[in-house]
Amino acid sequence: MIKVEGMTKRYGRNVAVDNISFGVQKGQIVGFLGPNGAGKTTTMRVLTCFLPPTAGTAEVAGYDVLAAPMEVKRRIGYLPETPPLYPEMEVVEYLVFVGRLKGIGKGDLARRVDEVIERTAIGDVRTKLLGRLSKGYRQRVGLAQAIIHNPDVLILDEPTAGLDPKQIIETRQLIRKLAGDHTIILSTHILPEVEQTCEQVVIISKGKLVATDSVQNLTNRLRGSEAVAVTVDTPGGEPATDQIRQKLEQVPGVSRVVFKEARDTRQSFEVESLQGRTVRADLARAVVESGWNLVELHAVAFSLEDIFLQLTSTDATEGGKQ
Amino acid sequence: MKNIWIICRKELKSYFASPIAYGLMAFFAAISGYFFYVAVAIFVRRGMESQMMGRGMPMDMGEWIVRPLLMNISVIGLFLIPMITMRLFAEEKRTGTIELLATSPVRDIDIILGKWLAAMLLYLAILGTSALNFSFLFMYGKPDWRPLLVGYLGLILQGGCLLAIGTFLSTTTRNQIIAGTATFAVCLLLWVLDWVSSYETAAWAQVLSYLSVVTHFETFAKGVLEIKDIVFYLSMIFFGLFLTARSMESLRWRA
Repeated sequence: MIKVEGMTKRYGRNVAVDNISFGVQKGQIVGFLGPNGAGKTTTMRVLTCFLPPTAGTAEVAGYDVLAAPMEVKRRIGYLPETPPLYPEMEVVEYLVFVGRLKGIGKGDLARRVDEVIERTAIGDVRTKLLGRLSKGYRQRVGLAQAIIHNPDVLILDEPTAGLDPKQIIETRQLIRKLAGDHTIILSTHILPEVEQTCEQVVIISKGKLVATDSVQNLTNRLRGSEAVAVTVDTPGGEPATDQIRQKLEQVPGVSRVVFKEARDTRQSFEVESLQGRTVRADLARAVVESGWNLVELHAVAFSLEDIFLQLTSTDATEGGKQ
Repeated sequence: MKNIWIICRKELKSYFASPIAYGLMAFFAAISGYFFYVAVAIFVRRGMESQMMGRGMPMDMGEWIVRPLLMNISVIGLFLIPMITMRLFAEEKRTGTIELLATSPVRDIDIILGKWLAAMLLYLAILGTSALNFSFLFMYGKPDWRPLLVGYLGLILQGGCLLAIGTFLSTTTRNQIIAGTATFAVCLLLWVLDWVSSYETAAWAQVLSYLSVVTHFETFAKGVLEIKDIVFYLSMIFFGLFLTARSMESLRWRA
């Protein structure tokens, strides 16, 4: 649905986006992840034909953003970082205006407006002035505006920024609900958001593409292995931490044991296994056979946060060495 | 064509949703009413004086009332136009709504023409309030209506050309005050350019004087329709809107 190849965007001497390539399949939700100023908004602006790329190509639904901007614009719904609202307009009036602007015919307009009002749950503010709406409602009207012409592709720039926790959850649910009919790209610098809403992640940092993969693969690929949290209770306070660690390291398949913390007589470790090995059963046996109490044993999922920091920081250090 | 109208209607609505439009109309009606009153008072006094002196010559309303009033209205227009155009693009750039327009399937030229047309219609509405004054002339006398019509055509053309320049200047900044001030400065400059011709007759002075929007309006105020003046105004309108289109395009490459 979306194909970006070697796209570069320069502002004067500043390189905002440097030679990025990625693709998005139809119906997917893709998270655009990166620290502030990484080039997320710039990439989105290129995809929406707001800015032309300096080099490379970007295609939406088979149409090039430079060669056929009108076709691209017709197929795209865009919610910029601040919803583009006219404060002096009423909600319905605004949606009618946007609908006309997007080329919806007279016959369908009223129906479409009612539909998006229902989908985004803004029925109770229908006749309110946009300038008087709360942040949460403004964001939802922004979303309604983006989907009014039923576009193939939805591009959402930080759709949950500045909302309270309840609104964030509602917005995420809304986005997931939209996913069936639309291909969605959303940008964020909040990592759990990507884990919770997206299937695919594109990570960029300082204008460069760092990684692009499915959320699951990325989590797996990076550590490649299993991580297990083990908490051992040794009643007499013996043996010492080092002894336990040695014992755990002797379990076949274990690559690394990290001591986490000790509380009273309990000691917690994080154990990483080699690629493709499951070590939980062996760990449990080793602990019990040594006469210690196994208090807790569970697999730790690496959060995207770890991956993200790892990716963006290793990228920086490697870059330095080269 | 349809898109132009969509944009135009939205602009008109936001003019009339705020006090700007009403304020400008009231301000203009008051000022032009005052000028009308003064012109009529002078006309009546002169008329009585000439009768007392025994000269029975009828006085010409066109020369004594219509022409000075049209000239005054044209100058007031220079002050009004910055207030009409300053928000057109500057406000959209400040609030970010320009992103909505620029990512919708409408051409830049549709957006520009729609906005300019809305400004033009507001200007016509404002101008319309002055027609009330002239209707009194028709109630109590028989002025010639043709020069008046030509005069209004001139006002419309002059307004259109200054509005196009104002629209252009509004795309260059996100600050309305700067857009308004710059437009006012340009309007003023285009007005005073012709003053040099009063003491200087060299070629450069004539060129400057030719560029002055007021010079071209004088023939309209006299009720004379000259092709070269119409061409001047039309080409200025085109030039202003052309610059606006260029400026919008460069926005995309820079912003």
